Amino acid sequence: MIAVIWVILGIVVILLLWLFGTYNGLVRARIAVKNAWSQIDVQLKRRWDLIPNLVETVKGYKNFERETLEAVTKARTAAQGTANAGVGERSKAEGELSAALGRLMVVVERYPELKANQNFLALQEELTGTENRISFSRQAYNDSVLQYNNKTQQFPSNVVAGMFNFKKEQEFLQATETEAERKAPKVSF
Amino acid sequence: MWEQIRSNRLRSIVLVAMMGAFLIALGWLLGYSIAANGIAGVVIALAVYGLLNLVAYFQGDSILLSVAGARKIKREDHPRLYNVVEEMKIASGLEKMPDVYIIDDPALNAFATGRDINHASVAITSGLLQKLNRDELQGVIAHEIGHVKNRDVLLMAMCSVLLGTIVIISYYGSRIMMFGGTSGGNRRSSRSGGGGGAAIVMVAALLLMILAPIFAQLIYFAISRRREYLADASSALYTRYPEGLASALEKLASSSVPVKNANQATAPMYIVNPFKSRGLKMNDLTSTHPPIQERIRILRTMAGNVSPAAYDQAFRQVKGAKSSIISPQTASLVGAVGIRAPSTDTTPLEPATEQVTRAREVSDLMYKLDNYHVIDCDCGTRLKVPPALHGKTIRCPHCGRSHQA
Repeated sequence: MIAVIWVILGIVVILLLWLFGTYNGLVRARIAVKNAWSQIDVQLKRRWDLIPNLVETVKGYKNFERETLEAVTKARTAAQGTANAGVGERSKAEGELSAALGRLMVVVERYPELKANQNFLALQEELTGTENRISFSRQAYNDSVLQYNNKTQQFPSNVVAGMFNFKKEQEFLQATETEAERKAPKVSF
Repeated sequence: MWEQIRSNRLRSIVLVAMMGAFLIALGWLLGYSIAANGIAGVVIALAVYGLLNLVAYFQGDSILLSVAGARKIKREDHPRLYNVVEEMKIASGLEKMPDVYIIDDPALNAFATGRDINHASVAITSGLLQKLNRDELQGVIAHEIGHVKNRDVLLMAMCSVLLGTIVIISYYGSRIMMFGGTSGGNRRSSRSGGGGGAAIVMVAALLLMILAPIFAQLIYFAISRRREYLADASSALYTRYPEGLASALEKLASSSVPVKNANQATAPMYIVNPFKSRGLKMNDLTSTHPPIQERIRILRTMAGNVSPAAYDQAFRQVKGAKSSIISPQTASLVGAVGIRAPSTDTTPLEPATEQVTRAREVSDLMYKLDNYHVIDCDCGTRLKVPPALHGKTIRCPHCGRSHQA
């Protein structure tokens, strides 16, 4: 009789431990999604901050195409304007900014003096790095959403997710702008 | 993020436990045959292990970095390297930016260290930094971050300490038995009233003293090789571009400069074996790293998909093995993940030195004099085709494109 009680007690303890573990795992996954999302934000802001500097450096060169520069500045203002808007609107504005920057980088290829400017080269590296960081943070966000969604849907953790009301996260971010941007600057010398 | 390589962790734990069992058995047998007290022997063995472990845990990374001669850099010192590390930190979902180190050494290698994901460091030799383009550098850094993320650094540190303890105890144990053995043995046999049992223990202790370090070493190598494959899989996933790491490994394989400040203890930390000699197939049990050509082939076999499941499939295809390297649970966590396009930026980090360029031009000239046909492949490889093959179709060994010679 006592043995049976011990066995039942053991099973209950194991179940509780599993419950705690799964619950904590779900919480961690949800925090990871939030962190990944704010990381995208950080990187997008970083790009905004980089643009005035870039425009200043490029503007100094005479005959530099004004429209290209204006398009970048305009796209940046538009993107900043959508900072508090929905995901769709925002990613559209940021995508346009990416495209404008891509065009600028293509145009830059026609200015050899600019390509020899140390200051500009440093800015270009910074810009490449930031563009990469944006796409990697988007990738990390998608990965974390996928993992979280799997946890909320796969058995047995979905039982715990249902008990504590862990909802399915929103759909993934489409990487349309990076693909467009990766296809665009095909420079031939 | 993809750290739950559970069943693999389990296998690693089993291997570590085996090493631990060796240590305990060794301590007991030595304690028993030297002082007739097995428990004391075990206690001493574990105390030595604990002490060494504490040192390794808190000081290991700084010891390793200073032994390797690494210097810490800031963003301003090398923006491109710093940016790439930061990109991979974001892609892997690490919370804290690892410290970035450069080792001034013409050898080609890189390693990661740090006791946990919040105290990580990534180090790369200046030689490698010069040779790689952005995609390749990304692949290498992602491999190192993969080590950090999969907790390999801690695991390998614990293992090497365990191995070190076994070696130390066997060494001193044999000394004590040799010089103090006779008197101790006499006293013990007179007390226990019969030497038969004690003699057997003595023989067992001697055998284990010889065998334990060897077996522990083999287990250590097995763990190390396994973790290399996993870090490669992580790299493919983080960068979405296995070709980057594959072509970086190709460059690493073609270099024969050994790392200056590496030793056996630090070898598993490096991206490729720092002692490798050129042309040798290191497929034996006594290597910390899988053969580099095999790693390249696995990475190039995962066409169109970079998920851990795809790596696993490529692994089995290349190795012709049934057992997988990544657990099905982990594989099922990630669906098919597409490969991204290569970066448009394909120049190496720093231009080749004048000397290298000159040497290359001279060798090209010599080839032309010998009637070789030179084809520049789109992937950047320069094919030199001997006259015998003129008019035939040639496949680029690097990217597989076909050319008409």
